[in-house]
Amino acid sequence: MKQVLPKADPQRTSGNVFAAARGRLPGAGLVPQIRASAFEVYERTGLPHRGMEDWKYTDLRALIGEVLPLAPRPDAEALVRAKVSAQHVSADQAVKLVLVDGIFVPELSDLGKLENGLVVRSLREVLEHSVPGDMAGLVLSTTSDSAISLNAAMATDGLVITISDGNAVKRPIQIVHVATGVSVSTFTRSYLQLGKGAHAAIVESFVSAERASGYQANDAIIALVGNEASLSYIHVAAAASDAVNISSAIIAVGARAKLDLFSMTCSGSISRYQGFISLAGEGTDVSANGVNLIRGELHADTTMVVDHAVPHCTSREKFRAVVDDRGRSVFQGRIVVRPAARKTDATLTTRALLLSDEAEADSKPELEILADDVTCGHGATSGALDNSLVFYLRARGLPEKDAKSLLIKAFLGESIEEITSENLRDFVTAQAEHWLQAGR
Amino acid sequence: MALLEIRDLHVGVEHREVICGLDLNVHAGEVHAIMGPNGSGKSTLSHVIAGKPGYEVIDGQILFKGEDLLEMDPDERAAAGVFLAFQYPVEIAGVTTMNFLRAALNAQRKARDQQEFSTPEFLKRVRKVAGSLNIRQDMLKRGVNVGFSGGEKKRNEILQMALLEPSLCILDEIDSGLDIDALRIVANGINGLRSPERAMIVITHYRRLLDHVVPDVVHVMSKGRIVKSGDKELALELEACGYGQFEDAA
Repeated sequence: MKQVLPKADPQRTSGNVFAAARGRLPGAGLVPQIRASAFEVYERTGLPHRGMEDWKYTDLRALIGEVLPLAPRPDAEALVRAKVSAQHVSADQAVKLVLVDGIFVPELSDLGKLENGLVVRSLREVLEHSVPGDMAGLVLSTTSDSAISLNAAMATDGLVITISDGNAVKRPIQIVHVATGVSVSTFTRSYLQLGKGAHAAIVESFVSAERASGYQANDAIIALVGNEASLSYIHVAAAASDAVNISSAIIAVGARAKLDLFSMTCSGSISRYQGFISLAGEGTDVSANGVNLIRGELHADTTMVVDHAVPHCTSREKFRAVVDDRGRSVFQGRIVVRPAARKTDATLTTRALLLSDEAEADSKPELEILADDVTCGHGATSGALDNSLVFYLRARGLPEKDAKSLLIKAFLGESIEEITSENLRDFVTAQAEHWLQAGR
Repeated sequence: MALLEIRDLHVGVEHREVICGLDLNVHAGEVHAIMGPNGSGKSTLSHVIAGKPGYEVIDGQILFKGEDLLEMDPDERAAAGVFLAFQYPVEIAGVTTMNFLRAALNAQRKARDQQEFSTPEFLKRVRKVAGSLNIRQDMLKRGVNVGFSGGEKKRNEILQMALLEPSLCILDEIDSGLDIDALRIVANGINGLRSPERAMIVITHYRRLLDHVVPDVVHVMSKGRIVKSGDKELALELEACGYGQFEDAA
């Protein structure tokens, strides 16, 4: 049966948005051409919609309808509001890099404290200077996903972070995205390269400043993790409750390397976190985990594709969702094991805790196994809190809300505990507790 | 005044009356044993006193220290001094026993307007009680009852009871699933908590536990009522003659 899709209104298509923004988009040399072709790719389909298998639960065409005009450069007043919000989400010890409305703001960032072997530049700076075409192509790379193509076309700024071979960056690097606007869109893109044997922890936080509302944030990060390198990457989306957040991560991991990824979505009207992890070198371990914390009428979609291209790699994924009120959580996890990827060991579990009768959780685990001699598995469950556990805790003196909070924290802990760095684990736990407190 | 006073209690579960006019007075310092066949309503009684949802109190009253217990939430009952040792203690993955004990103790103290214990004070208390119950430190670091044997779960119930210092302890078949040595440890734990300020209701099928924890009063429950009460000799009589005689009486 042919699916009927909502028609895009020609008066409100994003073609206008790109044309209107073009003059403000940084880039020398081949960059404008790369942007234009990325936009062409985007335009073929427009906003992702339910006719696309990967977006069937999150029909952006129906949910947001249009791409809002690009946010203006933040003025002094916006920066004051942004500074306050950025302070609230600081991870312990982190080197903070702040983007406000899609623009990197050095004054709010800790550029003076960078360790040896760590180089941080703004995307704007990289694109505006005579960047070789292949580098521009890499930084602005796209996939078949139209949200990522739109991001490549429209990205105003971001961070280009390189860590040289063998360098272990001690302090976490925290990229803080602050939105201050109303009914505008932002497009940010970052690029991260870890040299051979390098080690780093990156936290990316999305927050809204006071009075920000109804905005759309589209972010992408491209990360290359070198052989024997180790990357911890934490993504925390806490957008305004009427805002949209689309975040994409495209990560290629080399041989004998480690990737520890965690995504947490705890606010935002419509959120989509999508990770595309490609295991490109043998003997690599990937741990990709996350939680969706949803209440009200919010919608959070976490989609993860783990692509095993070579033999002898391990991937572990644990996703947990806590959904209250009329919230909706989506988790899609695809594990691809290519023909060459013998001895792959990949598992994925997703569990949802539904706190109200109208809460909804959709899980779609998929295994696409094209190799022999592999160990792969997945499991998905959803259900309410176990009343016998709640009663046991209450019978020992815990008030009902505390008893439920304790059980929810334990449930989330199954995923959060997979974060290897204690600092970052504590940071995420604190954010989860904040969410729990806010619902009381 | 009795510590616990139950008057003409009628309780229904899923439209069936399972406690049918029960009266019971328990004074501070006393240990009452409630014996009776399966399905006589013993566990239901313990659940209703502790406030477990799913039971409908059709009629009657339960007064605890003169207060209407049925008006209180389960956690309020706990803070007021009611403790139920569960027949089947649940497993709570992801919450360590230590954190659970601290959360429970501090929640009760907070409800009673008492200061929370400092960490060293709390640890000192837990170690002391755990040691006397043969509970190893590594068990305290695991999820509540996760991977515990039947005996370990029961000892963990006694550990909680000792730490929370309730004034009414209800032990629902604490002896089920215990071997002789474990029974002795649990019984010693219970006896160590007997005091003039504290009352206990020991629910059991067997006399064996009552050899260790000697009751002041023994009640026989059948078909939702207490059909006979007596001293500890009644337990011996029951063992000799069985419950059959009381089924008819009820």
